[in-house]
Amino acid sequence: MSGLRRKVAIVGAAETDRLGTLPEHSRLSLHAEAARKALADAGLKPSDVDGLFSTVAGPNELSEYLGIVPRYVDGTGVGGCSYMIFVRHAVAAIAAGYCDVALIVHGESGRSWIDMEAPGTPASPAGQFEAPYGVAGAPTSYSLPVLRHFHEFGTTKRQMSHVPAATREWALLNPKAIMHKAGPITPDDVMASRIVCYPFNLLDCCLVADGGGALVLVAAERARDFPRPPVYVLGSGEATAHRQVAMMRDFTTSDSSRVASADAFREAGLGPADIDHLMLYDAFSFTPMLFLEDLGFVARGESGPFVADTSKRADGRTIYPTGPGGKLPMNTNGGGLSYCHTGRYGMFALLEAVYQLRGEAGARQVPDIETSLVHGPGRQFAAAGTVILANR
Amino acid sequence: MSGEPPYRGALPRPTPETRPYWDGAKAGRLMLPWCKACARPHFYPRSICPHCGAADLEWRQASGRGTVYSYVINHKPARGFEDKVPYVIAVIALAEGPRMLTNLVTDTPTPEAIRIDMPVEVVFDAVTPEITLPKFRPVEAPR
Ligand SMILES: [Zn+2]
Repeated sequence: MSGLRRKVAIVGAAETDRLGTLPEHSRLSLHAEAARKALADAGLKPSDVDGLFSTVAGPNELSEYLGIVPRYVDGTGVGGCSYMIFVRHAVAAIAAGYCDVALIVHGESGRSWIDMEAPGTPASPAGQFEAPYGVAGAPTSYSLPVLRHFHEFGTTKRQMSHVPAATREWALLNPKAIMHKAGPITPDDVMASRIVCYPFNLLDCCLVADGGGALVLVAAERARDFPRPPVYVLGSGEATAHRQVAMMRDFTTSDSSRVASADAFREAGLGPADIDHLMLYDAFSFTPMLFLEDLGFVARGESGPFVADTSKRADGRTIYPTGPGGKLPMNTNGGGLSYCHTGRYGMFALLEAVYQLRGEAGARQVPDIETSLVHGPGRQFAAAGTVILANR
Repeated sequence: MSGEPPYRGALPRPTPETRPYWDGAKAGRLMLPWCKACARPHFYPRSICPHCGAADLEWRQASGRGTVYSYVINHKPARGFEDKVPYVIAVIALAEGPRMLTNLVTDTPTPEAIRIDMPVEVVFDAVTPEITLPKFRPVEAPR
């Protein structure tokens, strides 16, 4: 069954003018700027929107702030992959006729923390069974599966250190990346950076920034009526398996990632070999390694040797397998590690896939691509969302 | 006596389905809910068996034995843990089967001293008069 393959297209995509430390922006004003710019990209205005998808701002807050009355509402909040899941839900809603113009909006004051909510209560399961043991945010929880993977497959910290180095190479080509001017880093630099939570050093960890982004989707049959080149949704998938990382069934594979990606590949009628460009949410260096395995780009346990399989250019610069000039271009904006990470980064991964498929990625443009896969987790490998996009 | 300063770490607030677990910890017993329908334990404590969906559960004392399934050594402390860095957050595979997140209590919080799958046993840390946190420590291998 082909499902809703290529029924819906992205016709608007934009992010806030600036990313980084933005004390002039609240959580809601970041949403508003992203929404306004994405709608302008599509040649639309807020009153054209009749489907609203948002989580850091609830849809009720955001409809009020934007002054609109959408007749389709989705506030799925399962972490950073909520935006991939929103794309899937928007495809279904548009195909069902429940809305015609879907607006997916992200905004997060992740660094300045203006009008942001505190985490859950001490009575929640995580409040009772994680927080009392000194779990202090993502670096202490995303890190927990890593040593199990090292133990079972012989993966090493040195191999893992290649991921931030490769991703930095892309950021050096992207003027908007927060680390654009920070210079290249080597695996040795990653291992020599300040220890945060073993096995993660500082350069294994994503940035913490303020920013926003938004997408506009319509039925594929209308997509050519809009000003920008359409980007079609070929397939999507979603799943959730748990909330606390300790409840992950097997620390060496993400059940939700395997379910979500298998559904997306099936709907698109594609496999890993058909993907030209890859965005695998890099909250930490290890995160995309597990996804390379769970999505079938490498065999189980093979992500370490894969990411460390470098070669040398004529001028002596290192070519990483997932970096510029590598065989599998991945996280080409510079990723959560070197581009931007607000807290729920999925929107930025989707935006980069759109820019690449529209041929707008400038110095980092991957030539001649037709397909891109965007995949990410919600919380610590708990939920997952996959979207496969194409420009024809 | 001035005594210890007040505990500043995050504290659990027990709920109806977890209350017997926390009462057990306070009494020095690690308690697990067991399903009467499928005869399996689970953790964290719920009002329904996550293995089969049955709601007929009973509490049993666990052995307090397990192995290190995975761990991290945290250098960036949570509130209240400032004087404990670096400290070990571990996921323990209990002998009964379920896994739980906890602290590994050790004088040597180093990758060299902590082995995946090493045997551990429960210890009880009464952090306040109301709350005791089950933690684990390495077990010396029998010679
Ligand atoms: Zn049962």
